[in-house]
Amino acid sequence: MIYIKDASQNPNWDEMSRGGTILGGGTSLQVRTGDWRIMIPGWVEEKCKQCFLCFPVCADSAIPIENEKRTDFDFKHCKGCGVCYKVCPFGAITFEKEGK
Amino acid sequence: MSNIVEIRWHGRGGQGAKTASLLLADAAFNTGKYVQGFPEYGPERMGAPITAFNRISDKRSYLHCNIYEPDYVVVVDATLLTAVDVTGGLKKDGAILINSSKSPEELRPLLAGYEGEVYTVDAGKISEEELGRNFPNTPMLGAVVKVSGLIPEDQFVKDMEHSMHHKFANKTSVIEGNMKALRRSMQEVKGL
Amino acid sequence: MAIRERLSGNEAVAMALKQIDLDVMAAYPITPSTEVPQYFSQFVADGKAGTEFVAVESEHSAMSACIAAVACGGRAATATSACGLALMWELLYVASGTRLPVTLAVINRSLSAPININNDHSDSMGARDSGWIQLYSENNQEAYDNQIMSIRIAEHKDVMLPVMVCQDGFITSHAIENIELLEDEAVTKFIGEYAPDWSLLAGNPVSVGPLDTPQFYFEHAYQRARAMAGSKKVILDVFKEFGELTGRKYELFEQYRMEDAERAIIILNSSAGTARCVCDELRDRGEKVGIIKLRVFRPFPMEELAEALSHVKAVAVMDKADSFSAIGGPVFTDVRSACYDLEKRPHLINYIYGLGGRDVRLEDIRLVYNALSEVVEAGKPGEIYRHVGVRGV
Repeated sequence: MIYIKDASQNPNWDEMSRGGTILGGGTSLQVRTGDWRIMIPGWVEEKCKQCFLCFPVCADSAIPIENEKRTDFDFKHCKGCGVCYKVCPFGAITFEKEGK
Repeated sequence: MSNIVEIRWHGRGGQGAKTASLLLADAAFNTGKYVQGFPEYGPERMGAPITAFNRISDKRSYLHCNIYEPDYVVVVDATLLTAVDVTGGLKKDGAILINSSKSPEELRPLLAGYEGEVYTVDAGKISEEELGRNFPNTPMLGAVVKVSGLIPEDQFVKDMEHSMHHKFANKTSVIEGNMKALRRSMQEVKGL
Repeated sequence: MAIRERLSGNEAVAMALKQIDLDVMAAYPITPSTEVPQYFSQFVADGKAGTEFVAVESEHSAMSACIAAVACGGRAATATSACGLALMWELLYVASGTRLPVTLAVINRSLSAPININNDHSDSMGARDSGWIQLYSENNQEAYDNQIMSIRIAEHKDVMLPVMVCQDGFITSHAIENIELLEDEAVTKFIGEYAPDWSLLAGNPVSVGPLDTPQFYFEHAYQRARAMAGSKKVILDVFKEFGELTGRKYELFEQYRMEDAERAIIILNSSAGTARCVCDELRDRGEKVGIIKLRVFRPFPMEELAEALSHVKAVAVMDKADSFSAIGGPVFTDVRSACYDLEKRPHLINYIYGLGGRDVRLEDIRLVYNALSEVVEAGKPGEIYRHVGVRGV
């Protein structure tokens, strides 16, 4: 029994898990919700104080933390909701139309 | 089907007719019989007429309908004689047993021309004297065993004593009262 | 060694669930099924069952809790009747769609309105398309046996579907009858351990019940349909093994005196016994009559039934529920469909009977066999959608 590796796959009925149960954790990483974006945030590294107000509010866990520092957005999964832009008190996150 | 004995109980909600039918099923079961014991369920409440049934046989009975032509009818409350058609379908070679202080001859006129055997037992009086309250189902059970001959009497009395000790282990007075009521009802039933 | 006992149908089910030693029972009381959780909770209170008994606030919650418990890798069951089953409706589909082997004792009772507490099959027949396997029981013994076997059927890897075991409210649920019980150890051995290939409490994380978009839902529905179709073989295997253990041999349906029968009645649950008595009576007079008692209604034993009916001249299908389709009850329409491909189809008529606890008497069954004689004589069925036991009809 396998689970769906990628939403773009079209597995046959007998290749799918019984009853749609998702076997395994963290599988949302395999769904590229970045495609849904209309607006896009931008990280202005030099203005960023590493205050960490932004990453807890990200509904898609698209603000990666590495070595106790936030890094650039995970654009495979960022849906462009703009919540991080709203909470940043330092103007370190921009928010504009995708593809501009 | 001829080896099935069918019994219909008439009582009033709260008098224990259903319990008595289940006790009879138990007693017959203990002698190796196949039994059915079931009440007819309706809008039951205290005092409303209720009916319960027994089938007792040597082989399993597969019938799952009410009993319309009983071999025996047991009336736990004599006031039902004028309220319910207690002898309806009762076999001529069967019998009716009524809880009453009256004699069978006195009650026969109330039985819609029933020509079979009529028995009475004053279960209310026996119960009051032996148990201190009107709880007629134990004496009725004794009387129906006596009248029907369904179960060997000695074995029945022994089984009842055993199951009472099981149920009322710490209440010897209850056991004694019930056993006395049972024995008296078997002796005092009229019409034999 | 079998244990000789006398129990009501409800006591028998509670006893089976105790011997199964459920992990969880979640239940809400409703007549006439109330005694099942009542007796069972007494077993729990007395330490005779190591079960978590959850007294929930509705049947909707009862089924939800059972689903969750089974998703956590436990065995869970509940019991209900009538409106209680109706309130579970949404969750019945969740249990089967999520492929969780919940088991359920349905003590059949009519659905409101007008409100009625007595027996018919409108509750479980209404749930016949919910993806649950349905087993029907003539008496306390069959209810007990079916309840034990339901565990094995539901949990089989090729099935993984919930099972409801039905018996007639009051008529068998509240009737004391003789019964042969298995020893506790025999039940334990027969049902084995529940070993699902995933669970919410196992080490590997899983997500249960996610959104299924149009891209995937149909495939999952097809899986469920295949599981239901495939369950027939598993059911027969479990019946066979149980027969070897107990001597009680069960099939998808029981054929009674059908060898050379020209007229047959198809019936399920308690009235099958009453019908058998009439069948014997007519056979004694030389009449070629038989009975088919359905045990498994879902999955529906289509090919097997068609085969059994291929030599019969006229069949009356008895429905203790009306589907209000104006063309007959649920058992009838399925049996009629099963016969469609037969080269020589029997004449088929439908009788709606026993609704709302109307007693089903010997003369009701006699009337049905008589009607079949008339159909055979006329060479055509006449009115196919009939009722027996209704005043004025």
